[in-house]
Amino acid sequence: MAVFAIAVSFGVLAHPLMGSVAPIVMSVFVFSGAAQFGALAVLIAGGSAGAAIAAGVLLNARYLAMGLALAPSLRGRAPARAAFAMPLVDASWAAASRGDGTFDPWYLVGVSIPQYVGWVSGTVVGVLIGSRLGNPKALGLDALFPAFFIVLLFEEARGRRRLAAAAGGAGIALVLTPFVPAGLPILAAAAAAVSASRRRS
Amino acid sequence: MTAIWVVIAALALATAALKLAGPLALGGRPLPVSALSVVELLASALLAALVVVETFGNGRSLILDARVLGAAFAVIAVWRRAPMIVVVLGAAAVTAVARLIY
Repeated sequence: MAVFAIAVSFGVLAHPLMGSVAPIVMSVFVFSGAAQFGALAVLIAGGSAGAAIAAGVLLNARYLAMGLALAPSLRGRAPARAAFAMPLVDASWAAASRGDGTFDPWYLVGVSIPQYVGWVSGTVVGVLIGSRLGNPKALGLDALFPAFFIVLLFEEARGRRRLAAAAGGAGIALVLTPFVPAGLPILAAAAAAVSASRRRS
Repeated sequence: MTAIWVVIAALALATAALKLAGPLALGGRPLPVSALSVVELLASALLAALVVVETFGNGRSLILDARVLGAAFAVIAVWRRAPMIVVVLGAAAVTAVARLIY
């Protein structure tokens, strides 16, 4: 249900820039709220395609760590391991964790499938709603961007090092926004992750 | 429009590569701890930057407008563990009402 609501807002917000088909294709093949909203936010602000891609990749870099943690729990040949790793998303990764460092691959897939269905169908509904809406600003829809990133940040920034990275990233973006092209303040925030990683946890 | 399709294709491929690198390519070889700890912190840093830019940013300037009230509502609603639909619709509604009043 939460996934569906987020996907509807993605479809509504993406429609003015991307039209009807592209947001749905993006949800089908990218299937990542953080990367899709992040790239869309950069593009709407006037950032380049390169900046949008870089923001999406950095936001999804956590999948590298999650995939590494998952790897020892996957059995079989490469195609079978890939089939279990591709549906990986935050919610299913957390749900499938057995708490001892291993994961239940079937449970991961079982949680991911309804998430995927909700994500794609929500995007379709959002695009349909978005094509009928009037002035998005009069409806306050531009506030959906910060609202969505706040939701994700609350889930993500737990523990002192992550909070330090978040505070640093916010500060860098605030300071740089008046001076550099759109999208770059977001990318520069990655420096806060590097400096926070040197702290003792 | 071409730029949008380039972004979609690049993010689809990159996301798949990030998910599959561990299970397929790295074959159990762990990344250096220092690199992994940066990877784990990137999402927090970038999400916080996105919150700030989307709340206060207006092109290359920072402004205070009705979005700030919508974002403040979202912070409180998430803090109080409100359902997602309440967070999303409430933030938009607060912003829209604030614009009507102004």
